Amino acid sequence: MVATLERLDATFAALADPTRRAILSRLAKGEATVKELAAPFDMTQPAISKHLKVLERAGLVSRGRDAQRRPCRLEAGPLREATEWLVGYRQFWSESYERLDALLGELTEGQS
Amino acid sequence: MRIEPHGERDIVMTREFAAPRRLVFDAHTRPDLLARWYGPHGWRLEHCEVDLRVGGGWHYRLRGPEGVAMTLRGTYLDLAAPERIVTTESNVDCEARAAHEAVVTTVLVEHERRTLPTTLLTTTARFPTRAVRDAVLSSGMERGVVQGFERLDAVLAAGRVAGRITAT
Repeated sequence: MVATLERLDATFAALADPTRRAILSRLAKGEATVKELAAPFDMTQPAISKHLKVLERAGLVSRGRDAQRRPCRLEAGPLREATEWLVGYRQFWSESYERLDALLGELTEGQS
Repeated sequence: MRIEPHGERDIVMTREFAAPRRLVFDAHTRPDLLARWYGPHGWRLEHCEVDLRVGGGWHYRLRGPEGVAMTLRGTYLDLAAPERIVTTESNVDCEARAAHEAVVTTVLVEHERRTLPTTLLTTTARFPTRAVRDAVLSSGMERGVVQGFERLDAVLAAGRVAGRITAT
């Protein structure tokens, strides 16, 4: 559990930066090298590499084995886990029960 | 609706409904009715199986924004229609909760308010540890952060595709 929470913290921390989100958006279209990732940004490759390390540590990005290119790839798992975590307990039930109010209204009308 | 921590491992939720408790009980146990309300905005209960007897299981699969799935399942530990449901519950798709089963007790009390039957629902969810309880209670708090994310939907949508490719 602690490990999971730590991983979620890492995911949220990684997603908190706009450059890293842009990198993920780019990787969502397919894998890319550091050079290709750096191109649209006004940033050096070492600066991009630094962001990639954060994303890798959070498990959001993996690197290929090819020693020359080492292409980066988006990993879906932690993002999915974070999304599910974000549908909070309170939101889940308050929104569900609003719908139940409407349903119970219909059912009670049908009875009378 | 009130949601509060109780003791070390519980979350207690109370909510009033303007309906007799028989209907509230049915709405919590009949798949055709569950499909019409269970799940937050943007989510749909696409699969729902209920074996309503002590020792029987239930299995819900919700489909959310961008096709994200959430699977919940459990086993009924005690049933007393129309006033009490006791069940285990685990969230299969959420890694954080899959291994941590909660025991959820729902109690329905009916009373009259201005001659109309009203039902007070009290749900007590007991988690295996305080840490899990606190994590569940604080889930959703990060929403403010996420709402600012540009194109997160696109990332998630494509991420699922990438996930499938990785899996094969």
